[in-house]
Amino acid sequence: MDPLNAIVALTNFVLIPALAYGSQIALGALGITLIYGILRFAHFAHGDIMALGTAVVILVTWGFQAQGIGLGPLPTALLALPFGIAATILYLLAVDRTVYRFYRKVKAKPMIFVMAALGVMFVTNGITRLVMGPSEQRFADGERFIISVREFRDWTGLAEGLALRSAQALTIVVALIAMVLLFWFLNRTRAGKSMRAYSDNEDLALLSGINPERVVVITWAITGTLIVLAGTLYGLDKSYRPFTYFQLLLPFFAAAIVGGLGNPMGAIIGGYVVAFAEMGITYAWRRVFTHLLPEGWEPTGLMQILPVDYKFAVTFGILVIVLIFRPTGIFKGRTL
Amino acid sequence: MSEHALAPSADAVLIGEAMTGGYGGADILHSCTIAVEKGEIAVIVGPNGAGKSTAMKAVFGMLKLREGQVRLNGEDITGLSPQARVRKGMAFVPQNANIFPSMTVEENLEMGAFIREDDFSGTMKQVFELFPILRDKRRQAAGELSGGQRQQVAVGRALMTKPTVLMLDEPTAGVSPIVMDELFDRIIEVARTGISILMVEQNARQALAIADKGYVLVQGRNRYTDTGEALLADPEVRKSFLGG
Amino acid sequence: MSVQQAAHPAATAPTVAYLRNVLLFSLMALALAATGMFQSWVLALTILNMSLISAIMALGVNMQWGYAGLFNVGIMGFTAFGGLAAVLIAMPPVPEAWAAGGFGAMLGLMLGAGTIFAAIIVWKRMAPGRLRGLALIGTLVVGYTITSFVFGPATTAIARVNPATEGYLGGLGLPVILSWPVGAAMAAGLAWVVGKVALGLRSDYLAIATLGISEIVIAVLKFESWLTRGVNNVVGIPRAVPRPVTLQQYEWVQNLAERLGLGLSETARIVELTGYALLFTLVLGALIWLAEKALNSPWGRMMRAIRDNETAARAMGKDVTRRHLMIFVLGSATCGLAGAMMVTLDGQLTPGSYEPLRFTFLIWVMVIVGGSGNNWGAVLGGFVIWFLWVQAEPAGRWFMDMVTSGLPADSGLRQHLMAQAAHTRLIMMGLALLLMLRFAPRGLIPER
Repeated sequence: MDPLNAIVALTNFVLIPALAYGSQIALGALGITLIYGILRFAHFAHGDIMALGTAVVILVTWGFQAQGIGLGPLPTALLALPFGIAATILYLLAVDRTVYRFYRKVKAKPMIFVMAALGVMFVTNGITRLVMGPSEQRFADGERFIISVREFRDWTGLAEGLALRSAQALTIVVALIAMVLLFWFLNRTRAGKSMRAYSDNEDLALLSGINPERVVVITWAITGTLIVLAGTLYGLDKSYRPFTYFQLLLPFFAAAIVGGLGNPMGAIIGGYVVAFAEMGITYAWRRVFTHLLPEGWEPTGLMQILPVDYKFAVTFGILVIVLIFRPTGIFKGRTL
Repeated sequence: MSEHALAPSADAVLIGEAMTGGYGGADILHSCTIAVEKGEIAVIVGPNGAGKSTAMKAVFGMLKLREGQVRLNGEDITGLSPQARVRKGMAFVPQNANIFPSMTVEENLEMGAFIREDDFSGTMKQVFELFPILRDKRRQAAGELSGGQRQQVAVGRALMTKPTVLMLDEPTAGVSPIVMDELFDRIIEVARTGISILMVEQNARQALAIADKGYVLVQGRNRYTDTGEALLADPEVRKSFLGG
Repeated sequence: MSVQQAAHPAATAPTVAYLRNVLLFSLMALALAATGMFQSWVLALTILNMSLISAIMALGVNMQWGYAGLFNVGIMGFTAFGGLAAVLIAMPPVPEAWAAGGFGAMLGLMLGAGTIFAAIIVWKRMAPGRLRGLALIGTLVVGYTITSFVFGPATTAIARVNPATEGYLGGLGLPVILSWPVGAAMAAGLAWVVGKVALGLRSDYLAIATLGISEIVIAVLKFESWLTRGVNNVVGIPRAVPRPVTLQQYEWVQNLAERLGLGLSETARIVELTGYALLFTLVLGALIWLAEKALNSPWGRMMRAIRDNETAARAMGKDVTRRHLMIFVLGSATCGLAGAMMVTLDGQLTPGSYEPLRFTFLIWVMVIVGGSGNNWGAVLGGFVIWFLWVQAEPAGRWFMDMVTSGLPADSGLRQHLMAQAAHTRLIMMGLALLLMLRFAPRGLIPER
């Protein structure tokens, strides 16, 4: 019996990675939920927008790296973030002007918006692949670890090691700051409140003199910022590949629906629910249980509920359970 | 009989004169005239399908008029959008979906004052004095309040622009009789502050009791127009519209 | 159609529309013929074959969207699942693998199904409350433990059997054509389960649910190697039409080569592809005939009535959810059929090659561009979009070459853009979809 080692193993293999991954999903899901609340459609191009925005960050990062400009221990990508965010917001606004605004004007059905989003998805995907190619790209630099396994073992003398990569810590910190700022904006500023009002009751918002086009612009700007943050942090934490980014659409949607579509707090909670479930169900628990159980009782199998390859199945499983038992999500989302 | 017995005076705050129009198809309103004077309460009553709400929407610009004119303080506003009319000093409380349910009471009032550039804390204080319950519940989400309290939020939100005319579309629909009486009391208080009130009401008897002027519409036309008192006393009106 | 439309005041309009449709299909045929003449006949026939399969998939999606307004973005899953049928039906069985773990694998599957069934029974029979929740979780945990205890060792043993070429159970060794109806049936079964869960929810939920299901199907195909060899692919699936190598030995093929003035191997390939084209045309023809008959029957009119006003249909006592389930199953079965046909044509199952952009969203472009609600429109969309999809690749290269011609040949940017030029076809497809949606939302051949 060695609970201390069990806790360390759990933290190292499940808690920290899930916290980082959950933060990345939460940032993406926030965008899905805001677009759903304001523009009232399921934004299927979200993963591709993330791939494109992150591509800009990567290109600028490479540029800085070539110039020898860096942030020392921090990744250069942080310096490139504002460029990626600005480019993504401009792209989203251009798309809104040329594509979505027309359908808003004719009050098209939500499904037509989704169709248009599919078109945007194709175009965005094509541009991303044209610029970056389909293969994996790395752009992380700076200090790799805050705590490395070896250092941790030396300090504590425990058998289990614990590593905290800087990308993970950065993800958690940046996501936290972004979320706090978002909630401050939504709850404390006039523009943020007008967004919530528009999401709550469109007609009354119009009567109150809220300009819908302005609300839409703010929405795209916020989602653009959040999605580039999510993409950059995911790329630093893992790696960048356009196809992987597209596939993240599923956990984004799952998190947004689990939390209640249109509810920002729900999207964040949903993000962590999805991440912890994915990690917990696809993790081989043998290591943890070997420490926990008395000697001679050690498990022989991997104690893994599902292979890692099925993490989407886990995401989807959660989605189905929520859809069947509580279609409005954990927090009540708006219904269309 | 008493048709056009009281012709609207020239200095009415708001007047929709000889309005004719509908939602694209056949006309619903036929030369219908509605007016309200400063600090007075005007009530539109009539049977179902008489065009009561349509008349109010026409005054507010939510319906395109084929003929007729709407004037606010003597200015022709027939061509203005509802939003522009709000800026001119009109306020409208729709019958349904008239609050922001997930926002707090205070935020609802703030959104009501969205178009105001100046400090609106004074107006909010007045609204809280008018509806004290809202002050107690100001941090609560408006959607969690009772039906009567929600109506108070809705009226409060509309008052935040400091309107000259407040228009209410069936404010007592779906609330209990006790709450209805209280709401009417509040509406009288609002009128005392100098705001003109135009409302559509299903509960004709109670509404006419507080009305300075009543309009009985039938099939989009003015049938009877008189003071509330006179209409309540009119045996024919009583027989046909007030259930004896 | 003629009876009703003759009574219509503008009696000439259908004739004009009819002529226009004939013209559109003729133009398509002309484009394929031009490809044959100016590029190669093998290319033209390759495009034609995939166009036929795409048209069938578009037809399936059109049933769901065009007739019933169901938004399915899991086409890839149903197609791939249908494709699995080609392996299960046509590949020879692997007796050693069956001996090693066949029993365990089958028993494991049954135990898994039994667990789910038991869980459903627990949920339905027991009174709501904490006890039910605990019983449900208990059933699942116990069932899962027993299942994995049987299933895991069995599949490991199967994978060990001759892993370089086999390592899976193989199929039944039956003629591959049989896999087409079986693939349709398998996709139908999957659709029934998905539909039971997701239909009756809001339309965007169905979209997300089907997107998820399709990813899971691909994950299963990729990683359940005892069934599909996973990412190692199943190759050499028996053919429906003799291989070119075999065809070359026939005298009539040799004569044909002489008469056409083409090489023998090319001629053999053309004969093979033509064979497939004929088979596929037969299937497509039958499907269109059935779909048209269904669409114009009272059933089809009811489906469209439900689509146009669900509330009214419900009020009239129609069981909307059941009708939706039915059409969802039918449309998905059509996609499964196309999936089995595609694997037959390729002669291999490559689970790693399925990606949603190509197998789900491209089909959607076909339906929208072709004209949703119209079977002929969906078919034309399948042809046009597949043709563009293939031809956009060289076009993209040519375009990039033009754009970058000002740059020196060894410029890094130019080399990069030329290397990625094929991806411009994604942009073209997106633009095609957006432009159609905006300026001709009813498609090339609008719904009648």
